Amino acid sequence: MGLTLENVDWSEIAEGTGATLTMLGFSTLFAVLIGLPIGVILFLTSRGQLLENRAFYSFASIVVNILRSVPFIILMILLIPVTKAIVGTSLGVLGAIPPLVIGAAPFFARLVETSLREVDRGVIEAAQSMGASNWQIVWNVLLPEARSGLIAAITITTVTLVSYTAMSGVIGGGGLGDLAIRYGYQRFQTDVMIVTVVILLVLVQILQSFGDRLVLKFSRK
Amino acid sequence: MIQLRDLKKNYLVQGKTIPALHGIDLKIEKGEIYGIIGHSGAGKSTLIRCINLLERPTSGEVIVDGVELTKLDDQKLQEQRRQVGMIFQHFNLLSSATVGDNVAFPLKLAKRPKAEIRKKVDELLKLVGLEAHRDKFPSQLSGGQKQRVGIARALANDPKVLLCDEATSALDPQTTNSILALLLDINRKLGLTIVLITHEMHVIRSICDRVGVIDGGRIVESGKVLEVFLKPKHPTTQEFVEQVADSTELREAVAHEKATGSRTIARVTFLGEQTYQPILFQTMQETGTVFSILQGTISRMKDTPYGQLVVELEGDEKQSMHAIETLRKRGLEVEVI
Repeated sequence: MGLTLENVDWSEIAEGTGATLTMLGFSTLFAVLIGLPIGVILFLTSRGQLLENRAFYSFASIVVNILRSVPFIILMILLIPVTKAIVGTSLGVLGAIPPLVIGAAPFFARLVETSLREVDRGVIEAAQSMGASNWQIVWNVLLPEARSGLIAAITITTVTLVSYTAMSGVIGGGGLGDLAIRYGYQRFQTDVMIVTVVILLVLVQILQSFGDRLVLKFSRK
Repeated sequence: MIQLRDLKKNYLVQGKTIPALHGIDLKIEKGEIYGIIGHSGAGKSTLIRCINLLERPTSGEVIVDGVELTKLDDQKLQEQRRQVGMIFQHFNLLSSATVGDNVAFPLKLAKRPKAEIRKKVDELLKLVGLEAHRDKFPSQLSGGQKQRVGIARALANDPKVLLCDEATSALDPQTTNSILALLLDINRKLGLTIVLITHEMHVIRSICDRVGVIDGGRIVESGKVLEVFLKPKHPTTQEFVEQVADSTELREAVAHEKATGSRTIARVTFLGEQTYQPILFQTMQETGTVFSILQGTISRMKDTPYGQLVVELEGDEKQSMHAIETLRKRGLEVEVI
């Protein structure tokens, strides 16, 4: 008995794919916009850096760790009231974005902190010797020098978000994950499940190789 | 131009205070090349970093061109730092920017207009001989070329002082010489005051006017390069002199000669024009002294030629002493070993 695709409604698959891409696009965008400054601040306040502040760093670090250690599926449920307050609903594509962002931003912030650590300390010192302000050092030295590391961090975050968007289907988040759960799991339509998994897999492959190519392009070492 | 007064720096390592500089007093004149030589861990890196406050001294004053830096707020300090260029052992160039953008970087930080930046970058690249490499990235350059970019970048804001932090230590001897020649050229063309730290005698001897020997966080000897190195007093200075004059062989030769007879051994020092005149030969001939040379150096420090010969005088002591007196009268420095 070969695999038939009799249960697959391709228009629904297309719609689900569109919803997943929308969630992915917005959540990546906001996770980066929020996570980047947090990562920069974590780096700057860490030991031996320009704005070293142990108390602040420990506090921020603990908050980031807490958000990262809660499993995403639980975080999503915990955040339902927050989500409702921000976008008015906890359902559908719109309702999925806030928990995705809150789940991914701390993760991305840590990756940013790590890539900034890779920047040669001597280059920061050289900029200081030229009379650069801290802001100029962040903007003109740290971010450009860490560029390829940051692109890799965005790629990893986006790929992680692909699996998060699928999970958000559990609480009615829409997209491919939602299809997989409603048809594949609840109605035993294995073919629908397989099609969604294949699409997600292809999506991850495309994102990763695109990211890798960008990293290579911007790498100057 | 630069004045350091009772400069002290302590580091706090695991709750313990480790002193790195014990009260440094130093005065560097406008337009001179001042070298600070010391072994690693002597405090020379800390010292040069205190001049532009990359390291904040624990106490003491840092006065550059009449401004006391330790009392300035952050913004004023950033403005003052533009008057002081710095180059580094590992170049510290932006790897993500081209040669041209690296040189333009300090001008961009100072928010200069674009047209002015372009013009200045052209001039600087020409000065360091890298016009053809403008659009390359640092990873495509050799060490010497990278340091040239570093020098061009350090000169972008027309500083009054250039600090060189082991600027040639990562380079091979030939490249070292070309970078030293460039520094000397800049010093003469632009009247720039240069402060450099190094552990290589060769660097001091090639381009410095004055030198300070640092050991254990203290300046143990300082003065004109010729004076300090022809008559080193402190053991550390003597060690550095031995780097270039192989005196172990001499010591063996002296010991051997002393063991075999009662001869007089003397070190004769020539300076400047004397170096190329036959004073030694003439004197020995006139006094009828037979001599042989055990060891000798004829070289130059920056622009001054000098020679140092260790000679063995044969014959009785009275005659030898007479010869030595005559040499002294003719302006040579003679030390009996």
